[in-house]
Amino acid sequence: MSAEPLVADHAHEVSDHGHDPHATTTGLSHIKLAMWVFLGSECLLFGGLISTYLLYKTRGNGRTLPTDVFDIPFTSVSSFVLLMSSLTMVLALSAVSRGEAEAGRTWLLATALLGGVFVGGQVYEFTAFVREGVAFTTNPASSAFFTLTGFHGVHVSLGIVMLMSLFVASVKGKLTQRNAETVEIVGLYWHFVDIVWIFIFTVIYLIPAD
Amino acid sequence: MAITEKTPLELGPGDTARYAERPLGVFTRPQEGRGWRDWLSTVDHKRIGILYGASAMFFFLVGGVEALLIRLQLAAPEGSVLGADVYNQVYTMHGVTMVFLFIMPLAAAFANYFIPLQIGARDVAFPRLNALSYWIWLSGAIFLNTSWIVGGGGADCGWFCYSTNSGVAFSPSHGVDFYAIGLQILGIASLVSSVNLIVTCLNMRAPGMTLMRMPVLTWMLLITQFLLLFALPVITVALFLLMFDRLFDAQFFNPDAGADPLLWQHLFWIFGHPEVYIIILPAFGVVSEIIPTFSRKPLFGYEFMVFSGIAIGFMGWGVWAHHMFVSGIGPISVAAFSLSTMFIAVPTGVKVLNWLATMWGGKLRFTVAMKFAVATVAMFTIGGLSGVTHSVAPADTQQTDTYYIVAHFHYVIFGGGVLGLFAGLYFWWPKVWGHFLNERLGNWNFWIMLVGFNLTFGPMHILGLQGMSRRIDTYARGYGFEFWNMAATVGSLLIAVSVLIFMWNVVKSKRDAPHLPPPGPDPWDARSLEWSIPSPVPTHNFDTVPQVHGRDEWWHTKYAENDEGQVVRVATTEEAAQTGEATGVHLPSPSFWPLAVAVGLPLIGYGLIFNLWLALVGALLTIASLYSWAMEPVDDPDAAHDHHEEHHEDDDADPDEESDPR
Repeated sequence: MSAEPLVADHAHEVSDHGHDPHATTTGLSHIKLAMWVFLGSECLLFGGLISTYLLYKTRGNGRTLPTDVFDIPFTSVSSFVLLMSSLTMVLALSAVSRGEAEAGRTWLLATALLGGVFVGGQVYEFTAFVREGVAFTTNPASSAFFTLTGFHGVHVSLGIVMLMSLFVASVKGKLTQRNAETVEIVGLYWHFVDIVWIFIFTVIYLIPAD
Repeated sequence: MAITEKTPLELGPGDTARYAERPLGVFTRPQEGRGWRDWLSTVDHKRIGILYGASAMFFFLVGGVEALLIRLQLAAPEGSVLGADVYNQVYTMHGVTMVFLFIMPLAAAFANYFIPLQIGARDVAFPRLNALSYWIWLSGAIFLNTSWIVGGGGADCGWFCYSTNSGVAFSPSHGVDFYAIGLQILGIASLVSSVNLIVTCLNMRAPGMTLMRMPVLTWMLLITQFLLLFALPVITVALFLLMFDRLFDAQFFNPDAGADPLLWQHLFWIFGHPEVYIIILPAFGVVSEIIPTFSRKPLFGYEFMVFSGIAIGFMGWGVWAHHMFVSGIGPISVAAFSLSTMFIAVPTGVKVLNWLATMWGGKLRFTVAMKFAVATVAMFTIGGLSGVTHSVAPADTQQTDTYYIVAHFHYVIFGGGVLGLFAGLYFWWPKVWGHFLNERLGNWNFWIMLVGFNLTFGPMHILGLQGMSRRIDTYARGYGFEFWNMAATVGSLLIAVSVLIFMWNVVKSKRDAPHLPPPGPDPWDARSLEWSIPSPVPTHNFDTVPQVHGRDEWWHTKYAENDEGQVVRVATTEEAAQTGEATGVHLPSPSFWPLAVAVGLPLIGYGLIFNLWLALVGALLTIASLYSWAMEPVDDPDAAHDHHEEHHEDDDADPDEESDPR
């Protein structure tokens, strides 16, 4: 996409209905570039929280550590569910950009549902941990664990809100092939949150405490 | 919808009576031209810049009064102006106010106003997000300062708020809660703004405006935005942990439970050191515009200036632990951070030498702006040199927590940052307001500020080397501290006088303006694109988007080399400049929703501290506003323009990218 339509001749610009109002210097749309830039910032946010957990993961203050109560098989399943939601997200984008509104809605809903299952799993996991003696205020390790994973859970939940808004927009007929980019941008966010979970699952759950 | 905010947008010229009922709206869609309400709903980057600047100057006065209280307390031994407790609060809030509520927003004022003008754009990439940044910033600033009234006093842990002093045990009032939440709100504002301005810089340049043709001010501001983008999340994490510790009994900073107090220091300074460059780089950019203009020479070594700015941006991430040499981080860390700290002086030195080389052999004109700019270079160099002495860890061990440190960072932040931004105010005042600041008063302002500044902070080097500690509320007789403390207090009063002269200058210049010839588009015979359009800048910025052929585009429109290689004038300013008379230019419509979103955030803050129900109200307000924002088309369908249908359907995208303002 060239920067041509921004060029000088003003009278021309006003009278010409055919110019491309989306022209940008890089060729990426503003909103897509903004999402990439924002995700760059998010990397450091999760980086700070992950570092905090790594520093504190063995500091139990004589009480139970999060690593003592992890249920790896359970979390593996919910991680798998979340990763599959990235697949349905891609299918949603593909459907919307081909103009298949019905299929697009199905895949959007599927993505949101898979995300919902993951969040539900996290809620179950948290309550189970609390029952087993690892609550938010138990020790530095538990505070760091719940803050990190809770923060990620909030990110997934916000993603679900976005997906459902897209779903509603599609039902109202407002989500068409022409603005499929919106789905792509929500997708960028969604994939990012998934990738962060791969890090968290590997570093926090799979690598043992000592 | 909302998020896509495509540009340029259109609004009919001379349309009147354009009120549209919004389906979800509490408000009617605001229109231009309705007095003060314009300012609440504006999405014009220039007005937002002015709002930032005016608010920053207000908080400069607040922080200045706090500074004067500190100096009055310390003027003589056993001072009794403030008690120890209040003293702690005053110096903490002085630091927080000057950093987050004065210098950063004043730099944001320059960024908002001049980035679009310097790259030849009609607005920023996301005009409403721009308004959102400002209103969130203002709500955070007000929130932070209300802790004096409802929080039982200001924060009292220093602006860096080290654990464990920040814990409930040592700081039982709500001051630190206000600090933790207030800075998070300010962080959201800066984050939104940084995303917006990065996209603007990368995506909205006029044809021909390649990256290596961008004016250095825009370059430095772009680097600043990247630093903000990556530094803010780190302090957000730290503040989050602190908030959870204080309000919800988490164990992050409780050493009794095995927590590590150094965690805070690392997180804080990983943010805190880039923050130093966030403060200084905009001033570097300002100086890099002013010195070439008043030397009538192109900037010496443009590429070196840009790349040394980028180098500073990168290396700024590798020096944070030099704030922690005495915290027991171990000899290897100390050695590594000593070296990196020495290294970062190199690109900074490159800049200083390039400014000098730009002036060398130039045809110098010492206007007030130029004086401030030269003073910035000189004072910053002093601060930079004392900074290099800190990189020598054994010496730093002696100097840590003494007034030597206070002297150093005031030379950098005041001598570099504040003087630099004042240079910018004098330089661009005619562009923004259409009249000059009075040069005679400006000279008084400059000289009194320069003398006062050196008298205040110069002696602190000596006090520090004599062993006077920072952050003590008083000192006993007989240590040899009396004379220089009194000198510093006198100096601080001089600075206050100079600021008053500046305020008077603002008023007087405006009053005198009708009797003086207008400055015209290009009063200083300057070099970059903002001088090719009328002063004050018309709402639509450029009649025609300029085609850029090289660096210093505007200069080369006016001057060219003749056959003998001499520079000759080829066009007068009047011939070359745009008239600002274009009509029918696309502009984004104003909106109240950014303001409404911003009102919700401090409610969440108060709610977290006092009553969670209030937080719920704030959250609902924020979410409702975000959705209403998303439902509101970028441009107003009833603001009559024939091109609208196309945009509308296009804009019906997803409402939600912004419902996560983090």
